[in-house]
Amino acid sequence: MAQMTLRVNGTERSFSVAPETPLLWVLRDTLQLTGTKFGCGAGLCGACTVHLDGQATRSCGMPVSQAAGKSITTIEGLAANGLHPVQQAWIREQVPQCGYCQSGQIMAAAALLARVPRPSEDEITRAMNGNLCRCGTYDRIRRAIHRAAGGAG
Amino acid sequence: MSPLSRREFLSVGVAAGAGLVIGFYLPHGSHGAAGTFAPSAYLKISPDGRITVVVARSEMGQGVSTSLPMILAEELEADWRQISIEQAGASTLFGDQTTGGSASVRTTWDPMRKAGASAREMLISAAASEWGVPRASCKAQNSAVIHADSSRRLTYGQLANKAAQLPIPTDPPLKAAKDYQIVGKMIPRLDVPFKVDGTAEYGIDCRLPGMKYAVIARCPTFGGKLRSFDEKESRKMAGVSYIGKVSDAAVAVVADSVWGAVEGRRTLNVEWEEGPNRDLSTAAIFAALKASAASKATTLYSRGNVSQASGRPVEASYQLPFMSHAPMEPGNCTARFQAGSCELWAPTQVPQDVRDSVAQAIGLASDQVRVNVTLMGGGFGRRLEHDYGVEAALVSKAVQAPVQVLWTREDDMRNSTYRPASYHQLNARLDAAGWPTAFSHRIVSPSINGQKGSPNEGGVDPDLKDEAALIYALPNANLDYVDSQTPVPLGWMRSVYALQVAFASESFLDELAAAAKRDPLEYRLHLLREDEDIKFFDTTWHTARMRGAVELAAEKAGWGKALAPGHYQGIACFGCFSSYMAEVVELSMEGDQPRVHRVVAAIDCGQVVNPNILEQQIQGGVIFALTNALRGQITIEKGRVVQGNFDDYAPIRMGEAPAVEAYFVPSAEAPTGAGEPPVPPLAPALANAIYAATKKRIRALPILT
Repeated sequence: MAQMTLRVNGTERSFSVAPETPLLWVLRDTLQLTGTKFGCGAGLCGACTVHLDGQATRSCGMPVSQAAGKSITTIEGLAANGLHPVQQAWIREQVPQCGYCQSGQIMAAAALLARVPRPSEDEITRAMNGNLCRCGTYDRIRRAIHRAAGGAG
Repeated sequence: MSPLSRREFLSVGVAAGAGLVIGFYLPHGSHGAAGTFAPSAYLKISPDGRITVVVARSEMGQGVSTSLPMILAEELEADWRQISIEQAGASTLFGDQTTGGSASVRTTWDPMRKAGASAREMLISAAASEWGVPRASCKAQNSAVIHADSSRRLTYGQLANKAAQLPIPTDPPLKAAKDYQIVGKMIPRLDVPFKVDGTAEYGIDCRLPGMKYAVIARCPTFGGKLRSFDEKESRKMAGVSYIGKVSDAAVAVVADSVWGAVEGRRTLNVEWEEGPNRDLSTAAIFAALKASAASKATTLYSRGNVSQASGRPVEASYQLPFMSHAPMEPGNCTARFQAGSCELWAPTQVPQDVRDSVAQAIGLASDQVRVNVTLMGGGFGRRLEHDYGVEAALVSKAVQAPVQVLWTREDDMRNSTYRPASYHQLNARLDAAGWPTAFSHRIVSPSINGQKGSPNEGGVDPDLKDEAALIYALPNANLDYVDSQTPVPLGWMRSVYALQVAFASESFLDELAAAAKRDPLEYRLHLLREDEDIKFFDTTWHTARMRGAVELAAEKAGWGKALAPGHYQGIACFGCFSSYMAEVVELSMEGDQPRVHRVVAAIDCGQVVNPNILEQQIQGGVIFALTNALRGQITIEKGRVVQGNFDDYAPIRMGEAPAVEAYFVPSAEAPTGAGEPPVPPLAPALANAIYAATKKRIRALPILT
């Protein structure tokens, strides 16, 4: 066990944890931020996507020790107040079905749009291909990203 | 609750002043025992105007938490913004609480409408009596009763207590479809806002004071047992507090974090007694299925006499593998055992089965077990099993603390229940013009219900009754079924047997069209040209409605028109859960791999309740089915599942997802199933498109190997 401090959603959080623990479980079990989901534990589904210094990152495979000193944003902290344009677009396009993968989808989409404000179809596919959805919401995810990019959220 | 016998509604005794509460009965469509009319849903209108529908149907993404209250709100003349739904936990007050069989809307349509209409009539009567005016001069609108002549208005909240003292009308008038304000409209889902900001609480998000986390080491071979385990290394892992046997074939590792439990299990030294199936393989399973085709079969459907038909014989056989549901939220359940009681937070489609199975496993009476139903990260039938709940209760009892049992993805892939593998033998005879004079389909598949201990009714797995109809006007036809056994655990997976039956039947129909040198659409329409009623067990199917779906899909897909260079189309149709579905797949080939560009789907599921949700069900069903068709294969070697995660069981990703267009045949019929019917036609439509492109016939799934 090691004493650690992380900057999560703009707040310093200190706790004691085994340093090889994946960031995902620290977020969910230690910090009680359950909006970030567990899907595969192997970086294959994207349900655990968070931002690390603004980059979409799979938290299930990253030892928490590697996240120290970086700024971590989870779905709970995506919007400073109210809803992020991506979240608004998700509501307008009625994207979620079961909703379980959507935290990860939204975090991946928000990171894409921060990097590429007007992504092409190919850029959307490349950025989102790592995020699985078993309910098959891909059509609507694509539409919602275009909507958010158009500023019409 | 006393049985309601012939009455459908019950005024529920609540404290005076608490508003209007009506209990009503929601039947379940899938072969549930009828007879006891205990109320199984409640409508509450409180004096502050809030309207709550308490209903025991689980939200797993299919939208019932929006569509069911819409039906009731329509008849109630309610302000949609004042409605909310409350998920009922397991209770003897809620009848059969199973969510499955695409049954939620189709079985609750009438009672939901009647409950809303009854309350509306009571509220109108309450207002008329308050004002001393004739009932007929009052009108319900937007959660209020209005007396236009005197410009008076009382809200439902203001009227609720008075209405509660009135008798419940037994046969309230129902609205005409043309007057609908809510049903049939693009109403946003009630569950979307909390699914985009991380606040939705799924089973896996349950957190209780002092809660521990557990993962379980399960025997990897079907039917194997625990021989011994050595926990010395596991005990060194951070936070591991308990390691113990939970059944003959499982050891629980409990820690104060999921990761601690996972690490504890990784370092656990377990020896398994591999058991009688240690050499089982997929190859042996298929060989056995094929051999069983010669066994005695039970007739499902017979028309004319296939053995006396003449003409050119055509035959083919098809096979489909085991498949895994793999919902995004892996299996989990949280339990808190305390002396004499156990409370569970379960993402489940079967709260009562969880309650009763838990009670039995830990030695309590059913009424000492309380099940709270959480949101579900997908179900697809996997959460019709009670296994997660029983494990959580056993571990909580063992450690005397609240425990969440979590399945990893590998656990879910390898210790699950699976869509049964099947083998299909198809035979037909064609006349000189190429039309079938006889069509036979023998389905060889292990029985899901049989394996789970419910005897097959007359040799027929009851699920087949909803999922195997042959909706063509054929002069001679025969459909029969051979139940073969397998030690592989079986489960109900989205569309259940319909996927297998449709793949074989609709691929074969395409083979007949090809043998007849006729267009596959023309061929189907020819067999649907006469209006006929086709009775298949309890359902009467209509060729006219199937024809409507086929024509709509073909028209919207531009069947027969010029396509982009290198593009080809395939079509298939199928009816299940009382709905009619047709799909056209458009693809091109990249080498020997199909690339699906577009899927056009048309459904006739009666009155559409919410087009937004229905479109989601169709888009989702098609993508789900595309995974099944292309890669959704569970294989068995040495008595265990080979696949483990989303690398070797790889669902469709965005890059492979086609555009899916959903169209609805306009209908005033009562609503029928929507969650499962979009699944079955996809694989045969895809295989038929591949044939159109390559002249190679796909007779086994998955298509990509």
